[in-house]
Amino acid sequence: MTVARFWRKIPNRYNLIGTHCTTCGEHYFPPRQMCPTCRRDGKIENHKFEGKGEVVTYTVIHTAAKGYEMQAPYNLAVIKLDEGPSLTGQVVCGKEEMEIGMRVRSVFRKLGEESEKGMIYYGTKFVPE
Amino acid sequence: MKVGIVSYGAYVPRYRIKLEEIAAVWGDDAKSIIGGLKVNEKSVPGLDEDAITIAVEAARNAINRGNVDVSRLGAIYCGSESHPYAVKPTSTIVAAAVEAEPNLTAADFEFACKAGTAAIQTCMGLVGAGMIDIGLAIGSDVSQGAPGDALEYTAAAGGAAYIIGSSDLTAVIEDTFSFTTDTPDFWRREGMPYPEHGGRFTGEPGYFKHVTSAATGLMDKIGTKPSDYDYAVFHQPNGKFPQNVARKLGFTPEQIKAGLVVPRLGNTYSGSCMIGLAAILDQAVEGDRIFMTAFGSGAGSDAFSITVTDKIEEIRDAGPKVEELLQNPIYMDYATYAKHKGKIKV
Repeated sequence: MTVARFWRKIPNRYNLIGTHCTTCGEHYFPPRQMCPTCRRDGKIENHKFEGKGEVVTYTVIHTAAKGYEMQAPYNLAVIKLDEGPSLTGQVVCGKEEMEIGMRVRSVFRKLGEESEKGMIYYGTKFVPE
Repeated sequence: MKVGIVSYGAYVPRYRIKLEEIAAVWGDDAKSIIGGLKVNEKSVPGLDEDAITIAVEAARNAINRGNVDVSRLGAIYCGSESHPYAVKPTSTIVAAAVEAEPNLTAADFEFACKAGTAAIQTCMGLVGAGMIDIGLAIGSDVSQGAPGDALEYTAAAGGAAYIIGSSDLTAVIEDTFSFTTDTPDFWRREGMPYPEHGGRFTGEPGYFKHVTSAATGLMDKIGTKPSDYDYAVFHQPNGKFPQNVARKLGFTPEQIKAGLVVPRLGNTYSGSCMIGLAAILDQAVEGDRIFMTAFGSGAGSDAFSITVTDKIEEIRDAGPKVEELLQNPIYMDYATYAKHKGKIKV
Protein backbone atom coordinates (compact mmCIF):
# COMPACT_ATOMS: atom_id res chain seq x y z
CA MET A 1 0.00 0.00 0.00
CA THR A 2 1.38 3.42 -0.86
CA VAL A 3 1.77 6.03 1.87
CA ALA A 4 -0.81 8.28 0.21
CA ARG A 5 -3.35 5.47 -0.12
CA PHE A 6 -3.10 4.68 3.57
CA TRP A 7 -3.09 8.35 4.60
CA ARG A 8 -6.32 9.11 2.69
CA LYS A 9 -8.20 6.47 4.69
CA ILE A 10 -6.89 7.35 8.16
CA PRO A 11 -10.26 8.61 9.51
CA ASN A 12 -11.98 5.44 8.28
CA ARG A 13 -9.30 3.06 9.51
CA TYR A 14 -8.67 4.73 12.91
CA ASN A 15 -12.20 5.73 13.86
CA LEU A 16 -14.65 3.88 11.63
CA ILE A 17 -15.85 7.08 10.00
CA GLY A 18 -18.48 6.15 7.43
CA THR A 19 -21.52 7.94 6.12
CA HIS A 20 -25.23 8.12 6.87
CA CYS A 21 -28.13 9.06 4.57
CA THR A 22 -30.47 11.27 6.60
CA THR A 23 -33.23 10.76 4.04
CA CYS A 24 -33.59 6.97 4.38
CA GLY A 25 -31.50 6.42 7.54
CA GLU A 26 -29.10 3.94 5.92
CA HIS A 27 -25.47 3.81 7.15
CA TYR A 28 -22.49 3.08 4.92
CA PHE A 29 -19.03 1.71 5.64
CA PRO A 30 -16.82 2.21 3.74
CA PRO A 31 -18.38 5.63 3.21
CA ARG A 32 -20.53 6.29 0.17
CA GLN A 33 -20.88 9.80 -1.10
CA MET A 34 -24.24 9.04 -2.76
CA CYS A 35 -27.10 7.01 -1.30
CA PRO A 36 -27.87 4.20 -3.78
CA THR A 37 -31.49 4.09 -2.56
CA CYS A 38 -32.39 7.78 -2.44
CA ARG A 39 -30.11 8.81 -5.31
CA ARG A 40 -30.32 12.59 -5.74
CA ASP A 41 -32.86 12.92 -2.91
CA GLY A 42 -30.38 11.46 -0.44
CA LYS A 43 -28.56 13.65 2.04
CA ILE A 44 -25.22 12.16 3.06
CA GLU A 45 -23.34 13.11 6.21
CA ASN A 46 -20.34 11.63 8.00
CA HIS A 47 -21.08 9.10 10.71
CA LYS A 48 -18.75 7.72 13.35
CA PHE A 49 -19.70 4.11 14.05
CA GLU A 50 -19.85 3.01 17.68
CA GLY A 51 -17.59 0.09 16.80
CA LYS A 52 -19.88 -2.53 18.28
CA GLY A 53 -21.42 -5.40 16.38
CA GLU A 54 -21.59 -9.15 15.94
CA VAL A 55 -19.70 -11.79 14.03
CA VAL A 56 -21.68 -12.92 10.98
CA THR A 57 -19.09 -15.48 9.92
CA TYR A 58 -15.38 -16.05 10.33
CA THR A 59 -12.37 -18.03 9.25
CA VAL A 60 -9.08 -18.83 10.95
CA ILE A 61 -6.07 -17.93 8.82
CA HIS A 62 -3.20 -20.38 9.22
CA THR A 63 -1.40 -19.74 5.95
CA ALA A 64 -0.96 -16.01 6.19
CA ALA A 65 -0.12 -13.59 3.43
CA LYS A 66 3.31 -11.96 3.35
CA GLY A 67 3.73 -9.64 6.28
CA TYR A 68 1.16 -11.43 8.43
CA GLU A 69 3.12 -14.65 9.07
CA MET A 70 3.86 -13.77 12.70
CA GLN A 71 0.18 -13.17 13.46
CA ALA A 72 -0.98 -16.61 12.24
CA PRO A 73 -3.18 -18.22 13.28
CA TYR A 74 -5.54 -15.25 13.39
CA ASN A 75 -9.29 -14.79 13.10
CA LEU A 76 -10.75 -12.92 10.16
CA ALA A 77 -14.46 -12.18 10.46
CA VAL A 78 -17.33 -10.46 8.73
CA ILE A 79 -18.71 -8.17 11.40
CA LYS A 80 -22.15 -6.61 11.20
CA LEU A 81 -22.00 -3.27 12.97
CA ASP A 82 -25.00 -2.32 15.12
CA GLU A 83 -25.82 0.55 12.75
CA GLY A 84 -26.17 -1.88 9.83
CA PRO A 85 -23.18 -2.20 7.54
CA SER A 86 -20.87 -5.21 7.54
CA LEU A 87 -17.11 -5.11 7.25
CA THR A 88 -14.21 -7.53 7.30
CA GLY A 89 -11.83 -7.33 10.21
CA GLN A 90 -9.57 -9.25 12.55
CA VAL A 91 -11.00 -10.43 15.85
CA VAL A 92 -8.14 -10.61 18.35
CA CYS A 93 -8.75 -13.61 20.61
CA GLY A 94 -8.06 -17.33 20.70
CA LYS A 95 -9.66 -19.26 17.83
CA GLU A 96 -11.51 -21.37 20.40
CA GLU A 97 -13.28 -18.21 21.61
CA MET A 98 -14.69 -17.49 18.13
CA GLU A 99 -18.36 -18.10 17.59
CA ILE A 100 -20.88 -16.93 15.00
CA GLY A 101 -23.13 -14.34 16.62
CA MET A 102 -20.59 -13.31 19.26
CA ARG A 103 -20.54 -9.63 20.24
CA VAL A 104 -17.39 -7.65 19.47
CA ARG A 105 -16.10 -4.12 20.01
CA SER A 106 -13.48 -2.15 18.14
CA VAL A 107 -9.93 -1.55 19.36
CA PHE A 108 -6.95 0.37 17.98
CA ARG A 109 -4.22 -1.95 16.76
CA LYS A 110 -1.34 -2.28 14.38
CA LEU A 111 -2.67 -3.63 11.09
CA GLY A 112 0.69 -4.28 9.48
CA GLU A 113 3.76 -2.57 8.18
CA GLU A 114 5.24 -1.83 4.81
CA SER A 115 8.59 -3.40 5.79
CA GLU A 116 11.04 -3.18 8.67
CA LYS A 117 12.00 0.32 7.54
CA GLY A 118 8.66 1.26 5.98
CA MET A 119 5.62 2.89 7.51
CA ILE A 120 3.45 1.17 10.10
CA TYR A 121 -0.25 0.83 9.36
CA TYR A 122 -2.58 1.38 12.30
CA GLY A 123 -6.32 0.94 12.40
CA THR A 124 -9.29 -0.90 13.80
CA LYS A 125 -9.55 -4.52 14.86
CA PHE A 126 -12.11 -6.14 17.11
CA VAL A 127 -12.09 -8.01 20.42
CA PRO A 128 -14.86 -9.94 22.20
CA GLU A 129 -17.14 -7.44 23.98
CA MET B 1 -5.04 29.27 38.86
CA LYS B 2 -5.65 25.69 39.95
CA VAL B 3 -4.29 23.11 37.54
CA GLY B 4 -4.93 19.39 37.70
CA ILE B 5 -6.37 16.21 36.30
CA VAL B 6 -9.64 16.50 34.39
CA SER B 7 -9.79 12.80 33.55
CA TYR B 8 -7.58 9.73 33.38
CA GLY B 9 -7.41 6.37 31.65
CA ALA B 10 -5.13 3.34 31.66
CA TYR B 11 -4.54 0.41 29.37
CA VAL B 12 -2.81 -2.93 29.90
CA PRO B 13 -2.54 -5.70 27.28
CA ARG B 14 -4.21 -9.00 28.25
CA TYR B 15 -1.14 -11.22 27.93
CA ARG B 16 1.09 -12.20 30.85
CA ILE B 17 4.16 -14.30 31.45
CA LYS B 18 5.03 -15.64 34.87
CA LEU B 19 8.56 -15.05 36.12
CA GLU B 20 8.97 -18.79 36.74
CA GLU B 21 8.60 -19.34 32.99
CA ILE B 22 11.43 -16.89 32.20
CA ALA B 23 13.65 -18.25 34.99
CA ALA B 24 13.19 -21.82 33.70
CA VAL B 25 14.57 -20.83 30.29
CA TRP B 26 17.70 -19.23 31.71
CA GLY B 27 18.31 -21.73 34.50
CA ASP B 28 17.76 -19.13 37.20
CA ASP B 29 16.28 -19.79 40.62
CA ALA B 30 12.71 -18.55 40.19
CA LYS B 31 12.02 -18.41 43.92
CA SER B 32 14.95 -16.17 44.64
CA ILE B 33 14.20 -13.91 41.65
CA ILE B 34 10.54 -13.51 42.56
CA GLY B 35 11.47 -12.97 46.20
CA GLY B 36 14.13 -10.43 45.27
CA LEU B 37 12.12 -8.47 42.73
CA LYS B 38 8.72 -8.95 44.41
CA VAL B 39 7.18 -9.37 40.97
CA ASN B 40 5.18 -12.50 40.08
CA GLU B 41 4.25 -11.88 36.47
CA LYS B 42 4.48 -9.18 33.83
CA SER B 43 2.32 -7.96 30.97
CA VAL B 44 3.24 -8.71 27.37
CA PRO B 45 1.97 -6.77 24.35
CA GLY B 46 -0.19 -8.47 21.72
CA LEU B 47 1.42 -9.15 18.37
CA ASP B 48 -0.32 -6.04 17.06
CA GLU B 49 0.29 -3.78 20.08
CA ASP B 50 3.03 -1.21 20.57
CA ALA B 51 3.56 2.04 22.46
CA ILE B 52 1.26 3.83 19.99
CA THR B 53 -1.71 1.44 20.24
CA ILE B 54 -1.39 1.41 24.04
CA ALA B 55 -1.22 5.23 24.11
CA VAL B 56 -4.36 5.44 21.96
CA GLU B 57 -6.33 2.96 24.09
CA ALA B 58 -5.33 4.78 27.31
CA ALA B 59 -6.15 8.18 25.76
CA ARG B 60 -9.56 6.99 24.56
CA ASN B 61 -10.28 5.61 28.04
CA ALA B 62 -9.39 9.01 29.55
CA ILE B 63 -11.51 10.93 27.04
CA ASN B 64 -14.52 8.65 27.40
CA ARG B 65 -14.27 8.51 31.20
CA GLY B 66 -14.40 12.30 31.51
CA ASN B 67 -16.68 12.80 28.49
CA VAL B 68 -14.06 15.28 27.32
CA ASP B 69 -14.66 17.49 24.29
CA VAL B 70 -11.55 16.69 22.21
CA SER B 71 -11.79 19.98 20.32
CA ARG B 72 -10.54 21.63 23.55
CA LEU B 73 -7.21 19.77 23.39
CA GLY B 74 -4.40 22.23 22.80
CA ALA B 75 -1.46 19.88 23.36
CA ILE B 76 -0.70 16.17 23.15
CA TYR B 77 2.55 14.82 24.57
CA CYS B 78 3.46 11.14 24.57
CA GLY B 79 6.24 9.86 26.78
CA SER B 80 7.85 6.52 25.94
CA GLU B 81 11.19 4.83 25.58
CA SER B 82 9.74 2.52 22.92
CA HIS B 83 8.24 4.89 20.34
CA PRO B 84 7.72 2.68 17.26
CA TYR B 85 9.19 5.32 14.99
CA ALA B 86 12.59 6.92 15.60
CA VAL B 87 11.32 9.87 13.56
CA LYS B 88 7.53 10.35 13.23
CA PRO B 89 5.77 11.37 16.42
CA THR B 90 3.59 8.92 18.33
CA SER B 91 1.59 11.96 19.45
CA THR B 92 0.46 12.75 15.88
CA ILE B 93 -1.04 9.28 15.52
CA VAL B 94 -2.69 9.56 18.94
CA ALA B 95 -4.12 12.96 17.93
CA ALA B 96 -5.71 11.46 14.81
CA ALA B 97 -6.97 8.41 16.68
CA VAL B 98 -8.76 10.52 19.32
CA GLU B 99 -10.04 12.87 16.61
CA ALA B 100 -8.37 15.94 18.09
CA GLU B 101 -8.45 19.13 16.01
CA PRO B 102 -5.23 19.77 14.08
CA ASN B 103 -4.95 23.15 15.84
CA LEU B 104 -2.75 21.83 18.63
CA THR B 105 0.87 21.34 19.53
CA ALA B 106 2.26 17.82 19.86
CA ALA B 107 5.59 16.16 20.58
CA ASP B 108 7.08 12.94 21.85
CA PHE B 109 9.02 12.79 25.09
CA GLU B 110 11.73 10.36 26.12
CA PHE B 111 13.17 10.15 29.63
CA ALA B 112 13.41 6.42 30.37
CA CYS B 113 10.58 5.69 32.84
CA LYS B 114 9.50 9.25 33.61
CA ALA B 115 8.72 10.62 30.14
CA GLY B 116 4.99 10.49 30.92
CA THR B 117 5.21 12.60 34.07
CA ALA B 118 7.39 15.11 32.17
CA ALA B 119 4.47 15.32 29.72
CA ILE B 120 2.09 16.02 32.64
CA GLN B 121 4.38 18.84 33.85
CA THR B 122 4.54 20.36 30.38
CA CYS B 123 0.76 20.33 30.09
CA MET B 124 0.51 21.88 33.58
CA GLY B 125 2.77 24.70 32.43
CA LEU B 126 0.81 25.37 29.25
CA VAL B 127 -2.53 25.26 31.06
CA GLY B 128 -1.25 27.39 33.94
CA ALA B 129 0.14 29.98 31.53
CA GLY B 130 -3.20 30.15 29.75
CA MET B 131 -1.68 28.99 26.46
CA ILE B 132 -4.00 26.01 26.12
CA ASP B 133 -7.38 24.98 27.53
CA ILE B 134 -6.61 21.31 28.19
CA GLY B 135 -3.71 19.00 27.32
CA LEU B 136 -3.26 15.24 26.98
CA ALA B 137 -0.22 13.70 28.67
CA ILE B 138 0.52 10.02 28.08
CA GLY B 139 3.08 7.54 29.36
CA SER B 140 3.13 4.35 27.29
CA ASP B 141 5.70 1.62 26.77
CA VAL B 142 6.38 -1.84 25.47
CA SER B 143 9.66 -1.93 27.30
CA GLN B 144 12.57 -4.05 26.20
CA GLY B 145 14.83 -6.41 28.08
CA ALA B 146 17.52 -8.41 26.31
CA PRO B 147 17.03 -12.20 26.47
CA GLY B 148 18.64 -13.46 29.65
CA ASP B 149 19.18 -9.96 31.06
CA ALA B 150 17.84 -9.04 34.50
CA LEU B 151 15.51 -6.53 32.85
CA GLU B 152 13.69 -9.32 31.04
CA TYR B 153 12.04 -10.33 34.30
CA THR B 154 10.23 -7.03 34.66
CA ALA B 155 10.10 -5.13 31.30
CA ALA B 156 6.35 -4.98 30.64
CA ALA B 157 3.72 -3.24 28.51
CA GLY B 158 1.07 -0.70 29.47
CA GLY B 159 0.22 2.95 29.64
CA ALA B 160 -1.86 5.70 31.18
CA ALA B 161 -3.23 9.00 29.90
CA TYR B 162 -4.10 12.14 31.85
CA ILE B 163 -6.09 15.11 30.66
CA ILE B 164 -4.69 18.20 32.32
CA GLY B 165 -6.79 21.34 32.67
CA SER B 166 -7.83 24.12 35.03
CA SER B 167 -11.58 23.61 35.39
CA ASP B 168 -13.87 20.72 36.23
CA LEU B 169 -10.97 18.99 37.96
CA THR B 170 -11.06 15.42 39.26
CA ALA B 171 -7.85 16.07 41.17
CA VAL B 172 -5.92 19.25 41.81
CA ILE B 173 -2.16 19.06 41.33
CA GLU B 174 -0.99 21.42 44.04
CA ASP B 175 2.63 21.47 42.96
CA THR B 176 5.39 19.52 41.29
CA PHE B 177 9.13 19.35 41.88
CA SER B 178 11.89 17.72 39.83
CA PHE B 179 15.44 16.60 40.46
CA THR B 180 17.72 15.85 37.50
CA THR B 181 21.38 14.81 37.18
CA ASP B 182 23.67 13.22 34.61
CA THR B 183 23.70 9.68 36.00
CA PRO B 184 24.42 6.93 33.45
CA ASP B 185 22.54 4.12 35.21
CA PHE B 186 20.62 2.92 32.12
CA TRP B 187 20.68 3.81 28.43
CA ARG B 188 19.97 2.59 24.93
CA ARG B 189 22.03 3.80 22.01
CA GLU B 190 20.46 4.77 18.68
CA GLY B 191 19.63 1.69 16.60
CA MET B 192 20.19 -0.77 19.45
CA PRO B 193 17.28 -3.10 20.22
CA TYR B 194 17.89 -3.47 23.97
CA PRO B 195 18.98 -1.10 26.72
CA GLU B 196 22.15 -1.45 28.79
CA HIS B 197 22.26 -0.75 32.48
CA GLY B 198 24.65 -0.42 35.34
CA GLY B 199 23.26 -3.34 37.37
CA ARG B 200 23.24 -2.39 41.04
CA PHE B 201 24.33 1.13 40.07
CA THR B 202 20.69 1.74 39.05
CA GLY B 203 19.73 1.48 42.73
CA GLU B 204 21.37 3.85 45.20
CA PRO B 205 22.88 6.53 42.89
CA GLY B 206 20.00 6.18 40.43
CA TYR B 207 16.55 5.37 41.79
CA PHE B 208 16.96 6.12 45.51
CA LYS B 209 18.95 9.35 45.23
CA HIS B 210 16.60 10.89 42.67
CA VAL B 211 13.28 9.72 44.14
CA THR B 212 14.18 10.83 47.66
CA SER B 213 15.59 14.17 46.43
CA ALA B 214 12.49 15.02 44.38
CA ALA B 215 10.11 13.77 47.08
CA THR B 216 11.75 15.66 49.95
CA GLY B 217 12.24 18.67 47.67
CA LEU B 218 8.52 18.86 47.01
CA MET B 219 7.48 18.29 50.62
CA ASP B 220 9.95 20.97 51.77
CA LYS B 221 8.69 23.36 49.11
CA ILE B 222 5.01 23.09 50.03
CA GLY B 223 5.42 22.28 53.71
CA THR B 224 3.90 18.80 53.81
CA LYS B 225 5.00 15.54 55.41
CA PRO B 226 4.29 11.89 54.55
CA SER B 227 1.52 11.61 57.13
CA ASP B 228 -0.42 14.38 55.33
CA TYR B 229 -1.10 11.98 52.46
CA ASP B 230 -3.66 9.19 52.17
CA TYR B 231 -1.87 7.50 49.27
CA ALA B 232 1.62 7.47 47.79
CA VAL B 233 2.95 6.01 44.57
CA PHE B 234 6.55 5.72 43.45
CA HIS B 235 8.08 4.48 40.23
CA GLN B 236 7.93 0.68 40.23
CA PRO B 237 10.88 -0.92 38.40
CA ASN B 238 10.24 -3.89 40.71
CA GLY B 239 8.29 -4.43 43.90
CA LYS B 240 11.23 -3.89 46.22
CA PHE B 241 12.43 -0.38 45.28
CA PRO B 242 9.13 1.49 45.81
CA GLN B 243 8.56 -0.25 49.16
CA ASN B 244 12.08 0.59 50.31
CA VAL B 245 11.96 4.21 49.18
CA ALA B 246 8.54 4.66 50.77
CA ARG B 247 9.90 3.38 54.10
CA LYS B 248 12.98 5.57 53.77
CA LEU B 249 10.83 8.66 53.20
CA GLY B 250 8.43 7.83 56.05
CA PHE B 251 5.42 6.52 54.12
CA THR B 252 3.63 3.43 55.42
CA PRO B 253 2.92 0.18 53.51
CA GLU B 254 -0.78 1.08 53.76
CA GLN B 255 -0.24 4.35 51.89
CA ILE B 256 1.44 2.67 48.91
CA LYS B 257 -0.71 -0.47 48.76
CA ALA B 258 -3.37 0.78 46.32
CA GLY B 259 -0.88 2.07 43.77
CA LEU B 260 1.57 -0.83 43.94
CA VAL B 261 0.58 -2.58 40.72
CA VAL B 262 3.99 -4.00 39.81
CA PRO B 263 3.65 -7.55 41.29
CA ARG B 264 0.96 -8.44 38.72
CA LEU B 265 2.01 -6.04 35.95
CA GLY B 266 5.79 -5.66 35.83
CA ASN B 267 7.55 -2.41 35.02
CA THR B 268 5.64 -0.52 32.36
CA TYR B 269 8.36 2.17 32.24
CA SER B 270 6.69 5.45 31.22
CA GLY B 271 3.37 3.93 32.27
CA SER B 272 4.55 2.63 35.65
CA CYS B 273 3.88 5.46 38.10
CA MET B 274 0.98 6.75 36.04
CA ILE B 275 -0.85 3.40 36.09
CA GLY B 276 -0.20 3.30 39.86
CA LEU B 277 -1.80 6.75 40.17
CA ALA B 278 -4.77 5.57 38.07
CA ALA B 279 -5.22 2.59 40.43
CA ILE B 280 -5.31 5.02 43.36
CA LEU B 281 -7.81 7.34 41.65
CA ASP B 282 -9.95 4.25 41.02
CA GLN B 283 -10.59 4.07 44.75
CA ALA B 284 -9.84 7.51 46.18
CA VAL B 285 -12.56 9.80 47.54
CA GLU B 286 -12.99 13.55 47.75
CA GLY B 287 -10.31 15.21 49.84
CA ASP B 288 -7.81 12.35 49.62
CA ARG B 289 -4.24 13.52 49.14
CA ILE B 290 -1.87 11.58 46.89
CA PHE B 291 1.90 11.85 46.69
CA MET B 292 3.50 10.63 43.47
CA THR B 293 7.16 10.44 42.47
CA ALA B 294 8.27 9.10 39.11
CA PHE B 295 11.83 8.14 38.26
CA GLY B 296 13.55 7.97 34.90
CA SER B 297 17.05 6.62 34.47
CA GLY B 298 19.62 8.95 33.10
CA ALA B 299 18.45 10.30 35.60
CA GLY B 300 15.64 12.32 37.10
CA SER B 301 12.55 12.31 39.27
CA ASP B 302 9.27 14.23 39.12
CA ALA B 303 7.25 14.55 42.35
CA PHE B 304 3.61 15.63 42.54
CA SER B 305 1.24 16.54 45.34
CA ILE B 306 -2.37 15.85 44.39
CA THR B 307 -5.76 16.32 46.07
CA VAL B 308 -8.87 14.50 44.82
CA THR B 309 -12.12 16.43 44.28
CA ASP B 310 -15.75 15.32 44.42
CA LYS B 311 -15.77 14.92 40.63
CA ILE B 312 -14.05 11.56 41.05
CA GLU B 313 -17.39 9.97 41.97
CA GLU B 314 -18.86 11.22 38.69
CA ILE B 315 -16.23 9.82 36.34
CA ARG B 316 -14.63 6.88 38.12
CA ASP B 317 -16.98 4.19 36.81
CA ALA B 318 -17.09 5.57 33.27
CA GLY B 319 -13.86 3.84 32.29
CA PRO B 320 -12.05 0.57 32.93
CA LYS B 321 -10.36 0.47 36.33
CA VAL B 322 -6.78 -0.77 36.62
CA GLU B 323 -8.00 -3.75 38.62
CA GLU B 324 -10.34 -4.68 35.75
CA LEU B 325 -7.46 -4.35 33.26
CA LEU B 326 -5.41 -6.76 35.35
CA GLN B 327 -8.16 -9.37 35.44
CA ASN B 328 -8.62 -12.29 32.99
CA PRO B 329 -5.01 -12.47 31.82
CA ILE B 330 -3.92 -14.87 29.09
CA TYR B 331 -0.74 -16.60 30.22
CA MET B 332 1.89 -17.58 27.70
CA ASP B 333 5.02 -19.70 27.57
CA TYR B 334 8.46 -18.26 26.82
CA ALA B 335 8.37 -19.23 23.15
CA THR B 336 5.10 -17.39 22.56
CA TYR B 337 6.41 -14.47 24.61
CA ALA B 338 9.53 -14.35 22.43
CA LYS B 339 7.28 -14.23 19.35
CA HIS B 340 5.18 -11.43 20.85
CA LYS B 341 8.27 -9.41 21.72
CA GLY B 342 9.76 -9.72 18.24
CA LYS B 343 12.64 -11.83 19.51
CA ILE B 344 11.93 -14.39 16.77
CA LYS B 345 12.73 -13.25 13.25
CA VAL B 346 11.34 -15.00 10.15
